[in-house]
Amino acid sequence: MTDKNTVVIIGAGHNGLSCAAYLAKAGRKVMVLEANEQVGGMAVTREFAPGFRVSPVAHLLNMLDQNISNELKLDAHGLKMARKDMGTIALAESGRHLRFSGDQVIGEGVSGEDRQAMVEYHRFMKRFAAVIGGLHNRVPPRIRTSNTDDILGLAKTAWSIRRLGTADMREFLRITGINIYDVLKENFEHPMIQGALSLDGVLGSFLGPRSNNSVFCALHRWSGGGGIGQAVGGMGAVSQAIANAAGSHGAEIRTSSRVSQILVANGRAEGVELDTGEKIMAATVISNADPKTTFFKLLGARHIEAGLVRKIHNFRQGGNASKLHLALAGIPEFTGLDKDQAGDRLVIAPDIEYVERAFNHAKYGEYSAEPVAEITIPSLNDDSLAPDGRHVLSVVVQYTPYQLKAGWPGSKQVFVDKCIDLIARYAPGIREQVLHAELLTPVDIEREFHVSGGHWHHGELALDQFLMMRPVPGMAQYHTPVDGLYLCGAGSHPGGGVMGSAGRNAARALLAGGQRRST
Amino acid sequence: MRHSQLITESHYKTNVFESPFHSRTKALNKLRMWNRWGDYLSAAAYFDADLEYFACRNACGVFDLSSMVKHRISGRDALEYLNRLVTRDVSKIGHKRVGYTVWCNEQGQVIDDGTIFHLSEGDYRLCSQEHHIDWLLTNAFGLEVEVHEDTHDVAALALQGPTSCATLKTMGLTGIENLKPFGIEYFEFEGTELMVSRTGFTGDLGYELWIDHDHAVMLWDRLFEAGELHGIKPFGEQALQHLRIEAGFIQAKHDFMPAHQTVRATHTRSPFELGLEWLVHFQKPVFNGRQALLEEKQRGSRYQCVRLDIEGNKPAKDAYIYKGKKVIGAVTSAMWSPSAKASIALASVEARYGKPGEELTAEIYYQRELKWSRVMAGAVVIKDAFYDPPRKRMTPAPDF
Repeated sequence: MTDKNTVVIIGAGHNGLSCAAYLAKAGRKVMVLEANEQVGGMAVTREFAPGFRVSPVAHLLNMLDQNISNELKLDAHGLKMARKDMGTIALAESGRHLRFSGDQVIGEGVSGEDRQAMVEYHRFMKRFAAVIGGLHNRVPPRIRTSNTDDILGLAKTAWSIRRLGTADMREFLRITGINIYDVLKENFEHPMIQGALSLDGVLGSFLGPRSNNSVFCALHRWSGGGGIGQAVGGMGAVSQAIANAAGSHGAEIRTSSRVSQILVANGRAEGVELDTGEKIMAATVISNADPKTTFFKLLGARHIEAGLVRKIHNFRQGGNASKLHLALAGIPEFTGLDKDQAGDRLVIAPDIEYVERAFNHAKYGEYSAEPVAEITIPSLNDDSLAPDGRHVLSVVVQYTPYQLKAGWPGSKQVFVDKCIDLIARYAPGIREQVLHAELLTPVDIEREFHVSGGHWHHGELALDQFLMMRPVPGMAQYHTPVDGLYLCGAGSHPGGGVMGSAGRNAARALLAGGQRRST
Repeated sequence: MRHSQLITESHYKTNVFESPFHSRTKALNKLRMWNRWGDYLSAAAYFDADLEYFACRNACGVFDLSSMVKHRISGRDALEYLNRLVTRDVSKIGHKRVGYTVWCNEQGQVIDDGTIFHLSEGDYRLCSQEHHIDWLLTNAFGLEVEVHEDTHDVAALALQGPTSCATLKTMGLTGIENLKPFGIEYFEFEGTELMVSRTGFTGDLGYELWIDHDHAVMLWDRLFEAGELHGIKPFGEQALQHLRIEAGFIQAKHDFMPAHQTVRATHTRSPFELGLEWLVHFQKPVFNGRQALLEEKQRGSRYQCVRLDIEGNKPAKDAYIYKGKKVIGAVTSAMWSPSAKASIALASVEARYGKPGEELTAEIYYQRELKWSRVMAGAVVIKDAFYDPPRKRMTPAPDF
């Protein structure tokens, strides 16, 4: 008979680890199984050229759940910040950049009205994002229910919106479902402001500024509350700190242990099987993998009802963001940019129409002719990432659809050159500095990190895939229709970004007894 | 080339297909009364619906079943596929056996009812009134199973009534009398394979004959030749309605709305609400609607399907059903039953009413020479089918 206390977690991504830490803390016997050689899943730091290390997916820390930081004492477990409150620089080929910091924007040609508008934009975005953020640390309430907690949860949500006051509530309800293009056009006149801010609504998603849900996406990004930062040692250090915390509570973490299937008997998950054939039995199985991987590859569609299979099948989780890593011989020189500003977040989105045009290609299965980019030079803030005097350029490039019509194998090198050409328009000497280049397309991300579709957030962040509808209606409370099988990954509420909240919420749902069936 | 391909390629030339038996049914359809059933023309009546009914009850009748939607389901996971699709435990349907079943959506509401034919190991046929290929393919995702619709490739006839077995024996199907109810047997027929199942929709002794498209007409001719002295007659949809209501069988779009075709969620019915609890096997760990049906079992159903024996002789078509002065439901199918000598009906009523023996009232409207009248007729809930002759179950089947 399997010990009731035993838990197996599939995947040592940061959510799997945070779930493990909370469960171990509560006295469960937890084993985390990670396919890759190191913990962290997509939140890792790894070498991409001799001596050069990078965070290969998300490279900025802006959403880590402060509850997790505090409750798991991540500082004590080794988490240190290399940079906090990074500014954003909107790059211009001419060198006349804009710099965003808090509610301020400075630069040539920024009108007084725009400066004023920035203060107001910052105010309401923070305020609205706090409503979204207030939902992150909750197990989503069910809609058709008579359960007191659910009703209370729904009431709290409604109250958090009502509490905004008449004017802000009206504005919140007006803009949340619409597109960021309209909102930015209403508020700002400077094209570079519109372009740079629009990235908040589209990065990592299959959205252009004119797509609905792009305001929601921006609010989700803003909901982290704090500024943008970078951990010492990169994203891997964040995961390692959570892993240390989990370990300190007694969780066992096994790397290079790839789960090939979830074992089911009589409708109940009873353990997992590794690709080596080893079977590990447990009373509870928790999957940190994305929904499609969990249900179609590990569990098998046959174990759940067909209606649910169809919903999961329709869960939008095709990745659209790629990651370009350049090992550089020296500090890249961006036209007009001071050395001390190069450590900020640099964006290439010269105007909002440019971003929309870049997205057009993705709709038809092509990569952008002129991509948008979010650039960091992490080695400027943390010298452990590159050999002395050398640097790492880490770039999120869009749009690069998972399902590229021409196929990625033949297109990758062409696209890498295109990206370097693009960056060279802003940093003319960079081509000569490149020692090595690596591009991770969604297909590569899928392969390396075992995420179906290679989506950073395990699935699009959108109103219809959020809260009680993430991953799909009826399964948003972290438990699945298969007894003993739970979800704890970014495919569940509150979604992607290095937050750890999904893992924490899942642990709480499980410890609360996992009320079955949700609608 | 398969007949289905021919039909697909000419679909734009016609809106309605003719059955493989059309040359024969057309000649016999003296009334020129046709309905459309799915993709096909289907005879509403041939010469007199009442006489066709009596032929079935007293001799035997032939119904062209070709319009029935047929799916072939095969492959390694065919059994697992079907077990997840339908509410019933398909592993209990042995080789060369047929099982009646329903299938549900996630909310536990009936999508349709039909029959599963276990043709051979890992090879099944699913028959239903409505089209379901989209749902069936959705169910195939992740399983090693091949699903396709072969409605156009299979010609089928129902031969129903007391002399049906004798007719088939005369036609040369040796040993057919030993076929048990819901059994399947294969026979050699003019160089092809004729499949015979002891199944039907009339509640009497009867068979269904399945053959490839090209041998359809030959089968029809041989059957009518053999049945001549056994009183064989063709019968249409109107007679079939009376036969199946007497047998107490429910029908999609009459007694329940297929869940995929309803706009309003409350207009569907669960298996429990159709009196089909015996088809729901919760011991299966997963099947579509299981979770919702478990909840319904705990919470209680909204409706139940009842059989009513109504006073008087006015067919209670569409009648409201009352308990005292309160409306508690409505009739879904009704007729004057010549065999039971009673006005009978199937009705859907609120779940807490309708225990066997309970006395209800039917509000019946009827017309005489354009003049409407209304009668409040007593209606007693009865438990068993209105018509249930022992020969239906007898093996060997009796000879008449």
